[in-house]
Amino acid sequence: MTLPLFFFYLFSATCIGAAVMVISSRNPVHSVLFLILAFVNAAGIFLLAGAEFLAMILIVVYVGAVAVLFLFVVMMLDVDFAELRKGFLQHLPIGMLIGLIFLIELVLVAVGFVVSPQVAAESVLPINDTISNTRALGQVLYTRYVYLFQAAGLVLLVAMIGAIVLTLRHRKNIKRQDIGRQVGRKRSEAVKTVKVESGKGL
Amino acid sequence: MISDVTDFASLAPAYPELALAIGAIVLLMIGVFTKSNSANMIMGVAIGLLAAVTVLVIIQTESGLVFNGGFIQDEFARYMKVVVLVGSALTLVLSVSSAAEHALNKFEYPVLILLATLGMMMMISANDLISLYVGLELQALALYVVAAMKRDSGRATEAGLKYFVLGALSSGMFLYGASLVYGFTGQTQLDEITRMISLGGSGIGLTFGLVFILAGLAFKISAVPFHMWTPDVYEGAPTPVTAFFAAAPKVAAMALFVRVVYSSFEPIARDWQQIVIFISIASMVLAAFAGIGQSNIKRLIAYSSIGNVGFALVGLSAASEVGVQGVAVYMAIYMVMTVGLFACVLSLKTDNGYVEAIADLAGLSRGRPFVAGIMAILLFSMIGLPPLAGFFAKWHVFIAAIEAQLYVLAVIGVVASAISAFYYLKIIRTMYFDEPILQFSAAPGELRLVMGVTGFLVLSYYVTVGAPLADMASVAAKSLF
Amino acid sequence: MDFILEALNYLLGVPIIGLGTDVGFVWKALLFLVALLIFIAYFLLADRKIWAAVQQRRGPNVVGAFGLLQSFADLMKFMLKEPLIPAGADKTVFLLAPFVTVTLALAAWVVVPLDEGWALADLNVGILYIFAISSLGVYGIIMGGWASNSKYPFLGALRSAAQMVSYEVSIGFVIVTVLLLVGSLNLSDIVRAQYEMGLANWLGVPQLTFLNWFWLPLFPMFVIFFISALAETNRPPFDLPEAESELVAGFMVEYGSSPYMMFMLGEYVAIVLMCALTTILFLGGWLPPIDMAPFTWVPGSVWFILKVFGVFFMFSMVKTFVPRYRYDQLMRLGWKVFLPISILMIFIVAFVLQFTGWGWNGGVA
Repeated sequence: MTLPLFFFYLFSATCIGAAVMVISSRNPVHSVLFLILAFVNAAGIFLLAGAEFLAMILIVVYVGAVAVLFLFVVMMLDVDFAELRKGFLQHLPIGMLIGLIFLIELVLVAVGFVVSPQVAAESVLPINDTISNTRALGQVLYTRYVYLFQAAGLVLLVAMIGAIVLTLRHRKNIKRQDIGRQVGRKRSEAVKTVKVESGKGL
Repeated sequence: MISDVTDFASLAPAYPELALAIGAIVLLMIGVFTKSNSANMIMGVAIGLLAAVTVLVIIQTESGLVFNGGFIQDEFARYMKVVVLVGSALTLVLSVSSAAEHALNKFEYPVLILLATLGMMMMISANDLISLYVGLELQALALYVVAAMKRDSGRATEAGLKYFVLGALSSGMFLYGASLVYGFTGQTQLDEITRMISLGGSGIGLTFGLVFILAGLAFKISAVPFHMWTPDVYEGAPTPVTAFFAAAPKVAAMALFVRVVYSSFEPIARDWQQIVIFISIASMVLAAFAGIGQSNIKRLIAYSSIGNVGFALVGLSAASEVGVQGVAVYMAIYMVMTVGLFACVLSLKTDNGYVEAIADLAGLSRGRPFVAGIMAILLFSMIGLPPLAGFFAKWHVFIAAIEAQLYVLAVIGVVASAISAFYYLKIIRTMYFDEPILQFSAAPGELRLVMGVTGFLVLSYYVTVGAPLADMASVAAKSLF
Repeated sequence: MDFILEALNYLLGVPIIGLGTDVGFVWKALLFLVALLIFIAYFLLADRKIWAAVQQRRGPNVVGAFGLLQSFADLMKFMLKEPLIPAGADKTVFLLAPFVTVTLALAAWVVVPLDEGWALADLNVGILYIFAISSLGVYGIIMGGWASNSKYPFLGALRSAAQMVSYEVSIGFVIVTVLLLVGSLNLSDIVRAQYEMGLANWLGVPQLTFLNWFWLPLFPMFVIFFISALAETNRPPFDLPEAESELVAGFMVEYGSSPYMMFMLGEYVAIVLMCALTTILFLGGWLPPIDMAPFTWVPGSVWFILKVFGVFFMFSMVKTFVPRYRYDQLMRLGWKVFLPISILMIFIVAFVLQFTGWGWNGGVA
């Protein structure tokens, strides 16, 4: 039991450290790299909690896809961060005030965190230890939560339509390759036999 | 682990949503796979679909919970859905003639509007924090896209981006609150949350959760202090899109607001009542003063809509059945007035394009007496002049506030209403008493129809629709208690 | 401090000399690592020999008999050279990139079962783990390309990132079809399923296990997986990130000596991993092709390695005789051909399983 504890401290300490570096490092690319480190460690914590499916999905989706695009964008943008940070000191007091309020709230919430016994007794979906958590997720995802599953699908559909509508431009005067046509071309369409009389040319 | 959806008939309460979802996807497919520009045809079919779904909502009388409690259909949901569907359909009608000028002549536009409407219906019927959030996002995501759809226009892009960033922020706040509520009650289903609170689950954590949820929702209805995005987005987005923003999503978000505070936080009504009273007063007062300096009519309508939300919230702060009835009546009338007003704005067209500056309306009554007349009626109604519809809307919510002994709130409301009369009257003066500057073209038929119908409804409210609407709103309100 | 001791025991225990009670994980991993690296050295040599043979050359034949020590000589050469770091480079990221590549490539091997029960970690979500780790492989390349602070490496990195992200999608869907049949995410379960069900069992000749393997029922997926694996590992004909005629050496332009060697090593480890994955998913892992006397005498791990080498041979042959794809063709193939086919196959497989009740269902009856 103590070994998971060791890994828990390792992962959470790295995760927090990386999260701090995300906001404090000067180079945005470094920030994204630290963000990835934080994600990976969060996945480690998921693993320790026994949620191996979530851990892997976190890595596949966030680190493998989302963060790659982040990194892409950050590398391609030529942002002058000295310029961006100009207002930093000036807004610092407001930022700190809001941060302080959040901190106080979090402390209050954490202190007030008492789950009454009735609430604890009526858990919506009790954990089933007899099956792997991938299977358990599958069993509720397509039955109990089928509505949310389908609705989330619609949200993604809208996101896709939006991305296409806002970016797709049909440019003219561009040569496009139509492989079907290219392969389906016959000899008669491509070659013409002509009889050239000598001394005349075409 | 067993779903309660065992056969098609068990989905009955969700038939309208299913019809709309399937219709939207089919239209999308038609749009993608037809070679020629089918935008106009799809726009027509979309309006027809919305009308059909409205009828379906009305005739499909089966109520109850579906999807293991994620979705609820009751009288309140039915009433609000009809208002939203009518609002969406009318705003689509408004965009028919001007689609090309506003770069909305793509088949994706009606499809996105349909999907946004679907999201709103899901919001109205949400009985679970998760389904609520998913509905909210479906609606919001579609709106971000339509706001920025005129992508060659810098202002539209700015509007879309601003809406997106602030909307994402508000979603974040909502989620933060929802996770706190879930953490302290162990439930996401709204009625279960109530039960847990009455079992002794309330505490400071729950209150924080409530505050964040309300803040997130206040963003969506653009109530002060979360209103900053409204004027910029309303001004920047293409006018038909603005009309849609002002009419439908606000009604849906308000319905959501009502449902969340009544069905899950009823036991701690004292806590949220203070918040609602505060944002109500702030919205009414800020809108009354900030509207005065506006020179752009869309910006002005943005402030006016902030103020209207404030008035609707007066009814909500009463925390009573009469209050909910008041909100329901108010939102229906607000929707009709907004659509009518935008029909007028869209018919303000010269040969050089659409006019948005208030000063350019000078002498409208001489060139286009019909448009000016309808606009004047609607503006008088916004002020709350009896016997126009706007007066009764305000009357319902103020009665509720007085019954709940919130006299100060009612007085502030009346004062704010009087101040806002100033800028509404200014437009009427410009239209009727200034010398004409511009030559306006004739309004297309469908705009005249919308203007005529809304003008008639507003004018004859007391003798025609007033009593039945109040009855329906009362039935709707009863179903929440 | 109890848990630190326990952790040390778990990681570094050597029971023979009285340190702890179990053989430490680190030692097991180290043994596996050394074995893997020696294999990689010979796979590398085999790659060059095959290439040479097709081009009617001899290939490396000087160091050791038949050039058998060539890879080790190369290793020494790379190690002894001076590593150069460009002046404008982001030093940390520049040096981190090859480490990331090689570490990730090696980390994926931890779940690969060489034989029944021979995986270092028999994860329940083994296949997802491999998928997750291989999706991280792109970071080494992007980091290397960006940190070099030079045009060609950056272009190479961008190409590579787009390419890997695209082909990951179809690889994911191919894996899903296999998972539908198996009903488990465990790699050993995937192999066991290919023993316990399939065409051979159905025909009543369970000895012919090779008919059971998933290459047969999922043949189109097998082809797509193989091609996507080529693209995912930046192998020819999809080696656009390092296309020498366009980008010199792509993201590796500025690298030399040990960092370069680590990139190469990581790349080959990833290639062999993909071969191993093909073996597990489609070619029955450690199972002998025919479940009868002479074949069952050979240990499962040898069958596994033979199959991996067989797939690697195909990788090499493709490299020798297929010309490089153009970038738009590569993208078209991934998104417009493989993606629709694999999604369609998921539907078909799911429908067939639903209506016939076939499928292994995680070994649960």
